Amino acid sequence: MNLLSLVLVNLGRNKRRTVLTLMSVAVALFLFCALGGVLDTLKDAVQFGSESRLATRNAISLVFPIPLAYREKIAAVPGIKRIAVQNWFGGRDPADPHKFFAQFAVDPENFFPMYKNELTIVDASPPQAQIALPAELDPKLAAFMSEQTACVVSEPLMKKMGWKLGQTITLAGTIYPGPWPFTIRAVYRAIGQAFGGDALFFHFRYLEQKGMGGQGQAGVYKLELSDPGRAADIAKQVDAMFLNSSAATHTETERAFAAGFVSMYGNIPFVLRVIGLAVVFAILLVAANTMVMAVRERTAEMGVLKTLGFGDGTVFGVVLAEAATITLGGGLLGSLLAKLSIDASHFNGGGALPPMTVHWSTVWVGIAVAFTIGAVSGLIPAWQASRLRIVDALRRVD
Amino acid sequence: MAIPISYNVRNVFQRPVSTLTTAVGVGLTVMIFIGALALAAGFQAALVETGSSDNVIVLRKGADSEISSGLTRDAANILKALPDVALAPDGHPLASGEVAVVNNMPRLGQAGSSNVMVRGVSPEALLLRDHVRVVEGRMFAPGTAELIVGKRITKRFAGVGLGQTVRFGAREFTVVGLFDARGASFESEIWGDNAVLMPVFRGEVFQSVTFRMKDPARFKAIKKELETDPRLGVDVHRESEFYAEQAGLLAGLLRFMGVFITLIMAVGAVFGAMNTMYAAVGARSREIATLLVLGFRPWAIMVSFMIESVLISLVGGAIGCALASAFINGVETSTTNFTSFSEVAFAFRVTPMALLIGLVFAALMGVAGGFFPALRAARQPLAGALRAL
Repeated sequence: MNLLSLVLVNLGRNKRRTVLTLMSVAVALFLFCALGGVLDTLKDAVQFGSESRLATRNAISLVFPIPLAYREKIAAVPGIKRIAVQNWFGGRDPADPHKFFAQFAVDPENFFPMYKNELTIVDASPPQAQIALPAELDPKLAAFMSEQTACVVSEPLMKKMGWKLGQTITLAGTIYPGPWPFTIRAVYRAIGQAFGGDALFFHFRYLEQKGMGGQGQAGVYKLELSDPGRAADIAKQVDAMFLNSSAATHTETERAFAAGFVSMYGNIPFVLRVIGLAVVFAILLVAANTMVMAVRERTAEMGVLKTLGFGDGTVFGVVLAEAATITLGGGLLGSLLAKLSIDASHFNGGGALPPMTVHWSTVWVGIAVAFTIGAVSGLIPAWQASRLRIVDALRRVD
Repeated sequence: MAIPISYNVRNVFQRPVSTLTTAVGVGLTVMIFIGALALAAGFQAALVETGSSDNVIVLRKGADSEISSGLTRDAANILKALPDVALAPDGHPLASGEVAVVNNMPRLGQAGSSNVMVRGVSPEALLLRDHVRVVEGRMFAPGTAELIVGKRITKRFAGVGLGQTVRFGAREFTVVGLFDARGASFESEIWGDNAVLMPVFRGEVFQSVTFRMKDPARFKAIKKELETDPRLGVDVHRESEFYAEQAGLLAGLLRFMGVFITLIMAVGAVFGAMNTMYAAVGARSREIATLLVLGFRPWAIMVSFMIESVLISLVGGAIGCALASAFINGVETSTTNFTSFSEVAFAFRVTPMALLIGLVFAALMGVAGGFFPALRAARQPLAGALRAL
């Protein structure tokens, strides 16, 4: 009989206690990994967008627009291949104003070619008439291009809202007042996680003519560069042009732009980390309690083991291994369950975040934490067991 | 006949280490639970206390927050001249046409930036919001590039301490005072003269007009009157309701998350309590058998062990309440109010109600953890237990 089977037999002696402890460790590690998953998802949100594109906004804040007149000036900066307009719309479905989703007004002839590697058109209405499209534009967008009030909607959003291709929907504008009819002419699917998978895009021209009263302003410019290596230089150059104008700009990589949104969550990620620690500590106590009870029950047995010639170190190891096995089992169970169930849920905070996921690195950390909890919780009982004198152990009758 | 509770109390103290580890496990769960409630309560309080039920805030029709709103100077003048507006002692209407802009500012002492609400107010604003008081320095002088800053902002953002200068648009502004608003979200804002701030940001447009009602009971009539006035095109809210509604969504989400986390955590803690109680029952099988022989009914044994379990959990609940009151209450944190798109700093608020709910929650964990071990104790076969002697 080797030592491993001794550990396993010991675990089987009080099955109920072993199972209860294992389950409480599993529950704790599930929670630990789920919280880690929230942090992972926030980290993913920082990866949103590309390092090789720039975003230009008003220096005061995102809420302020930038003059449309800047578009030509920025496009003339050497190294900028393409410039696209993206304007937050902020409309609500009047039937359910609390169902939040993003809508953007874009100039499609620049915007869609710029993001051709990040989204694909999966369904579209047939065009009413043949029109000439820019070469780089997906021909499936023909119907969308020939209609001012047309829009492109993501596949998951269609499903969530119960919309059909060709349907005309009406949103209530919060920033641009009034009812806004849109006809769904194409459906897109995001490729990879760097592009918002839950949005509605429509013609900037429509917004400009109906909602802006000819003020000639746009929310954000997206800049595609011919040499992404020069991103920092070009950003500086763009901002320098408008430094002393009425609307100074702030230009950063698209990824830094996305990171700005994560920074807005303030201290919430820190709060989650603290909760994670408290969970781990609480479970450490449960596991330690179990091991103390297990060793106390078996004091006489430890005496027998030692009488048979097992050394102090071996006894120490056997107790420690028992604790670590329970917590490792619970850790594996909880961490993997968290990974599977959370990744399968595709929860994305109403489109505000990329789909929620638990990284494998978090799962590994969870398992390592579980193993460490086992080792630490077994330490005191193991030490007690190894220090036990045979006479004392055997004298106790209970 | 019931078994005296002192029996349980003595037993609990017989196993101090085991009792304490179980209790602390329950205590941490209760602490997180109270903490989550305190987070939601703190955020909600910051916004709810911002608005007064005597005040009315007017926004452009369809706008759900100040940032998406815009009112002309004409509309603001019509509103100020309403007979329903209360008057200050000097005869001026108690109304403030306000410029509210979101300004991206660098954080203090860490990387990143966040949005701060900058509000241009009328001189009447302090009379209108009587909870706002300048606590350090002085009020800005009308017509100058001076600012007063909410006291919670100075610790979070760079360059907004007393005496420092901030650049908005093309102008430098000097911070001349810090103000307190009894925890309300105004403490996360920067205030200046609306006449000076208006041209700096958006030009000739107010975002909102707030006024004090002469007779708050007439709110419904005022609302109907203004919302149907074709010259205005506005939505009218009671100020208190306007801010409370902004808090609702996020506070609800925080509370839901807190309950979700603690329920999962509670399952773990209950398993731990079950372990302890099973061990307690196991170690005392002879004692239990003796009690049965003495004539105590099985239900009395069962109740007795349930009481013991609840007792341990309540000790844990008390530990949790103490930890929450000592370490969580009053801790400052911040997050973005996504309706106003600006950061709100607030303090965790541990309410007596939350403590009470925490204790009840602990007791429930004790009941859940003690039920099966107690059942086992009550059903103990007599002969076997006594033979073990």
